[in-house]
Amino acid sequence: MTAALEVRGLTTRFATRTGHVTAVNDVSFSVSPGRILGLVGESGSGKSVTGFSILGLIDEPGEIAAGSVLIEGEDMRGLSAEAQRGMRGRKVAMVFQDPMMTLNPVLRVGDQMAMAVRVHARVSKKAAWARARAALDTVGIPAPDERLLSYPHQLSGGMRQRVAIATALLHGPAVIVADEPTTALDVSIQGQILAEVRRLADETGTAIVWITHDLAVVSSLADDICVMYAGRIVESGTAEEVIADPRHPYTRGLIQSVPSLHEPGRKLPQIPGSTPQLSHLPSGCAFRPRCPRATEICATDPPDAGQGHRLNLCHHPLGAA
Amino acid sequence: MTEPLLEVRDVSKRFTREAGLIERGIARLSGARTGSTVHALTEVSLSVARGEVLGIVGESGCGKSTLGRIVSGIYAPSSGEVLLDGAPVARERGGTAHKLTSKVQMIHQDPFASLNPRMKVGETIGEGPRVHDLGTAREVRERTAALLEKVGLEASYADRLPHQFSGGQRQRIAIARALAMEPELLVLDEAVASLDVSIQAQVLNLFGELRQDLGLTALFISHDLSVVRHVCDRVAIMYLGRVVELASAAALYAKPLHPYSAALFASVPTLGTGRARFHAIEGEIPSPLDPPGGCAFHPRCPMAGPRCSVEIPRLTRPEAGREVACHLHDGGTGRAEVAA
Repeated sequence: MTAALEVRGLTTRFATRTGHVTAVNDVSFSVSPGRILGLVGESGSGKSVTGFSILGLIDEPGEIAAGSVLIEGEDMRGLSAEAQRGMRGRKVAMVFQDPMMTLNPVLRVGDQMAMAVRVHARVSKKAAWARARAALDTVGIPAPDERLLSYPHQLSGGMRQRVAIATALLHGPAVIVADEPTTALDVSIQGQILAEVRRLADETGTAIVWITHDLAVVSSLADDICVMYAGRIVESGTAEEVIADPRHPYTRGLIQSVPSLHEPGRKLPQIPGSTPQLSHLPSGCAFRPRCPRATEICATDPPDAGQGHRLNLCHHPLGAA
Repeated sequence: MTEPLLEVRDVSKRFTREAGLIERGIARLSGARTGSTVHALTEVSLSVARGEVLGIVGESGCGKSTLGRIVSGIYAPSSGEVLLDGAPVARERGGTAHKLTSKVQMIHQDPFASLNPRMKVGETIGEGPRVHDLGTAREVRERTAALLEKVGLEASYADRLPHQFSGGQRQRIAIARALAMEPELLVLDEAVASLDVSIQAQVLNLFGELRQDLGLTALFISHDLSVVRHVCDRVAIMYLGRVVELASAAALYAKPLHPYSAALFASVPTLGTGRARFHAIEGEIPSPLDPPGGCAFHPRCPMAGPRCSVEIPRLTRPEAGREVACHLHDGGTGRAEVAA
C-alpha cells in the first residue's frame, strides 16, 4: 500500500542576519491512509514548520532546502507553484490552531465553504452548498443548514474548529495536517473533536498529521508518534511503543514531566535547563546539555539506535522497559 | 479546623453592558429591554485555611478568573463579601485597601505580558516593597537578590530586562515579584498553562518547594485537572458562575459526585497506551449571558430529571468536608448515585 504521505529528508531553514537557522532538519516519516500520526514537541522544536513545509507554505526568508514530500506518491516539491496550489485543499489540507484566523469573518460559513469547493471543482453554487452541508454533517455539526447561513462570530470556538475541519474535508483529501487544533478549546469540547477526528480517519481513510505539544492528547488519539526536538525527529514508533517504552532520554523526560503519573505533591522528575535556541545549537545531539546520560561522544551526531520501524537518535539509548 | 485565612461569602459578580445610543433609540420605539448582564459569579462561598492550596477548576466562562480577581481586590463583588483574616477585602482607594492588596498577590498566565519589558527585573521585583515602604533601598536590593536565588535564578540577573529570559524563567521572576510582598495569599491564575511540559514541571517543583519553605496559602486557578491534582489540597469545580462541587482533591478524584465533574474527568485525555474511548460531554457550554434555567448543566447532563430544568440545586453536604450542588444528591430524584 502506498503511503498517503511520505516525507523524506525534509530540511527547512530560515535566513537570518547571522546566517541560516535550520528549523526542520532531515525529517522523514510516512503516514498510511486512515492512520493518525502525532507529531509531538515543545515550542521551537520545528513541529509547526514541518506541517507548513508539507503543504509548501514556506515563505521568504524561509526555504525548503532539501527533501521530498510525497502525497499519494506525487512529490509536492517537484511541482510548479500553480500545481502546488492545485494540490492544496484537494489532496492535502491544513487545520490551524485558531479557527478565527482561517475563517473569513465577513462571509457566511456556507459562502466560504462553497468557494472552497468551487476552487477545485466545476460545480454549480447549489451543488457546492450541498457539498458544504454534507461536510458539516460529517463532522457532527447539529442543524447544518442553519450553520451554513451563520457568520463565524455567531459560532462557538468548538463549532468554528469543526467548520475548519469540515472545510479541510471538502475535497476528500488524502492528507490533513492539523496544527494544535484543540489547544485553544475547552477540555469538554476537545474531547468531542478528538472523538470526531478518530472516527473520520477510520471511516474516510484520510491520513492525519496531528501536531501538538500535548502528549496525553496524542497518546489517546494517534496510531504513531514522532517526537521532535530542536528540528529533528529524535524518536518514533507506534503510540503504544513510544509512550510505554520510550528509548530516547528526551522522550522519557517529557513523559515523566506529566503530573498525573505521580503521587500528588511529590517532586516531579524534571528536565533541567530550557529548550535550546535554534541559532545556538550544540554540536552533535542537541539534547546533550540537558541529558542525564550524556557523555563526550554525544558531541558527535547521534546514530539511529532504533530497531525495526522504530527510530531513536541517541548514543545512549534507554534499554527495554 | 483553624480559622480560615480567606473567606468568600455569597459572592456574586455581574457585569452590565449599557446599551448604545442606537440600541436605546430602537428600544424606545419598540419597548424592548436594553443592555445586557453577565452573571459571572453567583453566590460563591468558599474558604481557604492557612497553609492550604485550593484549586479552582472549570472551563471558559465559568467565572474562575473573575473569582481570582475579586479575591485580589481588582474587582469589587456585586454582592457578598470577601474576608482576609477576618477583615473585608474591598476595592477602595487608599488606606486599608492599599495595605490589604499587599497581602494578596497574583501570578498571571502569560509571563510575557505580566512583566514590564522596559523595567529591569530587579526593579520589577523591588517595586512592590518600595511602594509599600518595606525597607531602605539597600534592603530592597538585598531582598531582591535573595528572592532571585530562591526561585532558582542568579542574583546578578537583577540588572537584565525581561526579553533576555525564557518563558519559564519569566514565570520564576513573576513568582519572585509576588513573594517580595511577603503575601499571605497567592492567587495563581493559570500560572503554568502557557509553559512547555518540561518547563511546567520545573515551575511546579519550585512552587512545591516554596510552599514547604514558606507555608504558602494559595488559590490555584486552572483548567488542567492533572496539574490541579498534583498541587491542590482541596478543589472547587465551577460551572457557569457557580461552584458545583467542592471536596478534598483525593476524594474528588477518587469519585466525583456531580455529573459535570464526572464528565469533565472523563473527557480529559490521559497519558496511556491503547486507543482511548472519549466520553465527550455533549453540547456546548451555554452563554453566561443567557444561562439555562434550573441547574445550568441540565441541558448537557446525562442524569437530568424534570426537576433539574426548574429548580436551581443548592449546595448540600453528602459527606463531611464535601459539598455538591445537584438534585441527585439532595435526595430529590431517586437516583442517588452518578454513574462514574
